[in-house]
Amino acid sequence: MTEIVKARNVSMKFKAVEALTDVSLDVSPGEQVALLGHNGAGKTTLFRLILGFIKPTAGSISIAGFAPGSDAARRVVSYLPEQVAFPKMLTGREVVRFYARLKGAAREDVQAVLDKVELVEAADRRVDTFSKGMRQRLGLAQALVGNPRLLLLDEPTSGLDPLSRQHFYELIADVSRRGCSVLLSSHGLSELEAKTDRVAILRKGRLVADGPLAELQHQADLPIRIRVRAAAGAVGSVHAEIGGGRINCASVELYCARGDKMRILSKISGLGTQVEDVDVASPTLDEVYRYFSNNGIEQIQRGEIQCTA
Amino acid sequence: MHGVITIAATEIRIGLRNRWIILSSLILLAFALILVLLGSAPGGEVKTDAVTVVVASLSTLSVYLVPLIALLLSFDAIAGEIDRGTLQLVLASPVSRGSVLVGKFLGHVAVLAIAVSFGYGIAGLVAFFANGGGEAVALIGVGRLIASSTILGATFIAIGYIASASVRQTGTAAALAIAIWLFAVVLYDLALLGGLLASQDGFFARTVFPWLLVFNPADAFRLYNMSAIDALAVGSNLGGAGSALPLSGLASMLSPVAWTAIGLGLSTFILKRVRP
Ligand SMILES: Nc1ncnc2c1ncn2[C@@H]1O[C@H](COP(=O)(O)OP(=O)(O)OP(=O)(O)O)[C@@H](O)[C@H]1O
Ligand SMILES: [Mg+2]
Repeated sequence: MTEIVKARNVSMKFKAVEALTDVSLDVSPGEQVALLGHNGAGKTTLFRLILGFIKPTAGSISIAGFAPGSDAARRVVSYLPEQVAFPKMLTGREVVRFYARLKGAAREDVQAVLDKVELVEAADRRVDTFSKGMRQRLGLAQALVGNPRLLLLDEPTSGLDPLSRQHFYELIADVSRRGCSVLLSSHGLSELEAKTDRVAILRKGRLVADGPLAELQHQADLPIRIRVRAAAGAVGSVHAEIGGGRINCASVELYCARGDKMRILSKISGLGTQVEDVDVASPTLDEVYRYFSNNGIEQIQRGEIQCTA
Repeated sequence: MHGVITIAATEIRIGLRNRWIILSSLILLAFALILVLLGSAPGGEVKTDAVTVVVASLSTLSVYLVPLIALLLSFDAIAGEIDRGTLQLVLASPVSRGSVLVGKFLGHVAVLAIAVSFGYGIAGLVAFFANGGGEAVALIGVGRLIASSTILGATFIAIGYIASASVRQTGTAAALAIAIWLFAVVLYDLALLGGLLASQDGFFARTVFPWLLVFNPADAFRLYNMSAIDALAVGSNLGGAGSALPLSGLASMLSPVAWTAIGLGLSTFILKRVRP
């Protein structure tokens, strides 16, 4: 099967700024890929390269086998930019109809996508009466119109409330089931809610991770946090037994590698009545993201607390 | 082709919904009506020529107002869309950059034609009937004025696109548009006048000046309208330099038409290099 996006060793330099360095990324038909990265990591630059607005200073990109920006490639791609302000004087329906015509989409498509993004009621109102989330959904509607084979969405969920965000991911799942590939950018893993097939992380223009979320979690191998609440007066002996740090006068907290988890848990259960409660927390998505985004430099903070009681 | 029509239709829709455009046609109408009233003030004697006199004054008004309206319509065309992010969407769709510009051009010219027809058409009819009818041929003069004003407007719309495609900020494009207007319709003529006064031997006046006059589309427009009115034998001194001109009559409209082509060609060339 031919890849929809095939980027090979792409570098992009703006005068002094190296926006992208040696990035290789594939997107298969029907695949959803999330592109993550801090501000200025190069996400928008990669989108502009895929659209053919700018040419890479090194490497190559092809869109379904075509050169980016060629007529054939533009028929494949649909784009939702980071920021767009539609003409205030037009109604929502007119905006979508405009882009539908430019893409040569069928007339009925307009109503269908307005329905999908839940803008049917507001469709005949002027865009300047739309709320931020409605404008974002209108932008999504114009991207969806015309059944593109690749959706490029730059921070599509910014400005959406949690419900709309969930609805957005359902919509994305729906279009990708019908074979449309989705490449979307976002600032963090938690925002993504583990909804995409694959996650690619850019750090200062370099691709530092690319794989399914579970694989990235495995790769990061972040320590698991275990917090033990000791019975009254037993905190000292619990601490002496399992190590770690005392976080207050009743609890002990320790971090362990995934492989050590069961051994430590069985040791804790061996302490019997000295332990009142155990809490085990796997690394959060944000921690996994921070790991890749900072290249593991950041140490997980733990504090020692002196117990004066 | 599909894209051209879609873009043109949308520009017309935005232009008509934009109060600013309605305002501009009202301004044209207001100025025109004032001239009509002034023109018919003397009463009696000039009855048959009243409309023609009004057309003469309206064509002078056009030289200033029409380029201004045209530039205000067009300065935002590219820079504004870059600013708002919509150019990215248009260019991401399978429409050529040339079609984008031609579509906008057709739309903007249509908007301008509507404003001019509305303003001058009503004024012409008022002048016609206020003077108790008269020869219908005078109304042809109004039609000619509307048509030539639209061509003049088209020229400055195309020139405005050059300004709009060359910069990324709407504000800068606006400043550039005003500068173009100031130069083309005010400073240029002042400079020519200065040249005429300074040239004692008459070489400038005889050889260079006529070419410089038709070189400027606004002056060429004025020449065309004056010579058309001359043909109707009203105040034969209006078209002063008429006899020595390299292009006369309808041919002087070649200047705005050529400038339109240059404007569209150059702005397309620049737009092709824009990285949205
Ligand atoms: N036209 C340009 N000229 C110069 N530098 C640029 C240009 N476009 C982008 N850059 C630089 O390239 C880098 C990557 O920018 P980019 O817009 O791709 O980041 P991003 O990942 O989209 O960030 P954000 O999350 O803030 O949107 C930044 O350092 C930016 O300043
Ligand atoms: Mg960005």
